[in-house]
Amino acid sequence: MTAYQPDALIAADINAYLATHAAKSMLRFITCGSVDDGKSTLIGRLLYDSKTIFEDQLSQLEADSRRVGTQGANIDFALLVDGLAAEREQGITIDVAYRFFATEKRKFIVADTPGHEQYTRNMVTGASTADLAVILIDARKGVLTQTRRHSYLAHLVGIKEIVLAVNKMDLVGNDQSVFNAIVADYAAFARGIGIERFTAIPLSGLTGANVTTPSPDMPWYEGPPLLPHLETVAIDGDRAVAASFRMPVQWVNRPDLDFRGFAGLIASGRVSVGDRVRITPSGRTTSIARIVTYDGDRDQAIAGEAVTLVLAEEVDCSRGDVIAAAEDPPEVADQFVATIVWMADAPLVPGRSYSLKLGAQLVGATVQPPRHVVDVNSQEQRPADTLALNDIGLAEVYADRPIVFEPYAKGSTLGGFILIDRATNATVAAGMIDHALRRSQNVHWQSTVITREAHARQKGQSPKVLWFTGLSGSGKSTIANLVEQKLHAMGRHSFLLDGDNIRHGLNRDLDFSEAGRVENIRRVGEVAKLMADAGLIVLTAFISPFKAERDMVRALLPEGEFVEIFVDTPLAVAENRDVKGLYAKARAGEIAEFTGISSPYEAPERPEIHVDTTKETAEQAAARIVEHVLGVWSYDL
Amino acid sequence: MTGLTHLQRLEAESIHILREVVAETERPVMLYSVGKDSAVMLHLAKKAFFPARPPFPLLHVDTTWKFRAMYDLRNRAAEAAGMELIVHRNPEAEALGINPFDHGSRHTDMWKTEGLKQALTAGGYDAAFGGARRDEEKSRAKERVFSFRSAAHGWDPKAQRPELWNLYNSRIHKGESIRVFPLSNWTELDIWQYILQEGIEIVPLYFAAPRPTVERDGMLLMVDDDRFRLKPGEVPVERSIRFRTLGCYPLTGAVESEAATLSEVIQEMLLTTTSERQGRAIDHDQAASMEKKKREGYF
Repeated sequence: MTAYQPDALIAADINAYLATHAAKSMLRFITCGSVDDGKSTLIGRLLYDSKTIFEDQLSQLEADSRRVGTQGANIDFALLVDGLAAEREQGITIDVAYRFFATEKRKFIVADTPGHEQYTRNMVTGASTADLAVILIDARKGVLTQTRRHSYLAHLVGIKEIVLAVNKMDLVGNDQSVFNAIVADYAAFARGIGIERFTAIPLSGLTGANVTTPSPDMPWYEGPPLLPHLETVAIDGDRAVAASFRMPVQWVNRPDLDFRGFAGLIASGRVSVGDRVRITPSGRTTSIARIVTYDGDRDQAIAGEAVTLVLAEEVDCSRGDVIAAAEDPPEVADQFVATIVWMADAPLVPGRSYSLKLGAQLVGATVQPPRHVVDVNSQEQRPADTLALNDIGLAEVYADRPIVFEPYAKGSTLGGFILIDRATNATVAAGMIDHALRRSQNVHWQSTVITREAHARQKGQSPKVLWFTGLSGSGKSTIANLVEQKLHAMGRHSFLLDGDNIRHGLNRDLDFSEAGRVENIRRVGEVAKLMADAGLIVLTAFISPFKAERDMVRALLPEGEFVEIFVDTPLAVAENRDVKGLYAKARAGEIAEFTGISSPYEAPERPEIHVDTTKETAEQAAARIVEHVLGVWSYDL
Repeated sequence: MTGLTHLQRLEAESIHILREVVAETERPVMLYSVGKDSAVMLHLAKKAFFPARPPFPLLHVDTTWKFRAMYDLRNRAAEAAGMELIVHRNPEAEALGINPFDHGSRHTDMWKTEGLKQALTAGGYDAAFGGARRDEEKSRAKERVFSFRSAAHGWDPKAQRPELWNLYNSRIHKGESIRVFPLSNWTELDIWQYILQEGIEIVPLYFAAPRPTVERDGMLLMVDDDRFRLKPGEVPVERSIRFRTLGCYPLTGAVESEAATLSEVIQEMLLTTTSERQGRAIDHDQAASMEKKKREGYF
């Protein structure tokens, strides 16, 4: 066994070496898998092969391997990684351990977390700071329940880069067909849960094949070995810098009466002297007078930097406030829908007040009974009254005052929160905000003399929003038009908002990116709500592929007014019809992010009305919808 | 690419941690051991609160057996930072004359472990910054950035709070305290690189110079003052030595070296084949010794 071998440049020209090292970037990643998958062995191998193990550590390791190792006379790399004495005795890793190594190109921080289901919280913790996840698979076993669990959790926490490390290839004869079958199996699953991309690497932690250098045992694999991949994969920092400026104020720096600065870590975007900024939640605007650092004032600073900002005017601003781009401030709300990972032995008590920490904001908050919990193994949703240790559920969170936030998908700083038990002071849960509920009690409305009830009474009907959702070409507009004709003939006051028409006018500035689609639906939702306030029966025909936005619209309206109608047409059928020729274009790559082809469609889970267009005609469906809706109305009238 | 290097990311993370503690706790204090990690931590504190002075005192848990050069830098560094320096010496150890020559591990227990507990209790500190890094030793690899201590200053590795994103839960009950490690994610090389980049002053003992030494039990010890008890036949020999880690001088092994500048020291460190803590007697007992000491309250 040879230990640490220093780089030749160190002896030859130390200053040149240090200059290289100073320019290194940093990648944080998490390894997911169980001891059985050879995870600790693989990490030990990475440390060993990247020359991070010193002679004294190696001799300690050799001694430990003989004493408690599981590899007979050979070195047990797993012992390098399993830290706490209690864990060694049990032969499992029970916490998150952080390891460090560096290569010529990068410094790496590895979060090593246990793989068992009872350590879901540990994995979520380790994943929360990771740029990348390495999902380990034992080539002999293929995609297992735990593989799906780890992938789901990594995806849940927002990790965009996933490496599928198919380990122990030496034990399956380095067989390409075994590898290909596992990759195909995994790809099908990954797509299903919304993972956009992954990199699969066949390797062996034990022999070192494809860990740092290409293995002659697997000449059929032409991709990079694991370490070169980790050295070159893009770090997801671009997105943060490209986004709008936000800096949560951590601390007000006031050494004397002449200086008042706001210290914080820039969460996203960039800021320059002279930029207009908005202090949220107050909404006051001012501009940046100085960007102060110990090393001198700066003209500009970017996401990831810790700075102190001086504002041009004396505005109210304190810890917890967020200084943001004046034109595009984050949202402020006191009610949210959030995905919550429960981390305490004592289960959630719905309605109990916990402390919620988000950025530098600390507020009281209650959690409603979850809408559902997700089975981490099958990713299926099931109903539940509460959240127990390691449960992951979707629930409404009510804060005792408005907080500044963004959806977690936009960034963890203003989208991720923890819940703290007020009695024990323990961190009991991690939460990721999906969206705000718009029925917030604290928002003050200008009251109108003619109420929405009066509007509805005058028209002799109960307002409704009939929300048609489905793939492009599924028949939404056709059916919606038939429904409106029938309602019109029956003397009902209605209005049809059609996706294409709205995009010619109100929403012509929006693209088809996910952000554009979200905004599209948000505006339509707001318009539909206003029309419902006016007493109308509103029909909307939009693909509306994302559940979050449909739910957002649902949350805008009083209970029972939102009627979700899922126009269910299989992709092949819709594509075959291709009334507008859009599928052909999408397949030809002319349309980016086309639902069903290059962008997902999230089917409604519990629509009020489900129309299977392969089983009924548009006319039949329309009749059934009118009947269903009028049947409901007859109680109202 | 964000354009941020790994040192910029580490620096920003540490500054964020320092500010969180100051914003959320009542009486923070910074443990200052005068070593290179402490020097970096102090430098980061100056950056975090600039143009204000770091709003907490420095606490040196003294054993009276540190190198003279350490006392010298300690006093100057505190003054330069404009921070109050609190020096605590365990009065019991002082009265008993506890020393590294006669008392073995009791020296560390009484001066450092007990001394630290006394100082934290006496000061009523609810948060104490320490310069420990996760790469130093296996049990530290699992310790949180915010590490909780019971009223008796004990550490329970199984009852650690989950730390997600960069959200730290600093809430404690009366009497409990937090040890906070802003350098958790730094490695030894990061520390050296940062000292070089920032021009941070460190104790000259880190650089090679001719110094009086004796060789004992395979360790090169420096005869720093006349309290050093020479064994019969032992004669101090002048050797060119430097230290990779600094503690009580009779317990800290030196390495023979010609590396007199920072880049030469880094060069030598990178070319060497043994890990950093080998010079300290404390870790040699058994692999789990540090974890055991921490459960008992060692920093």
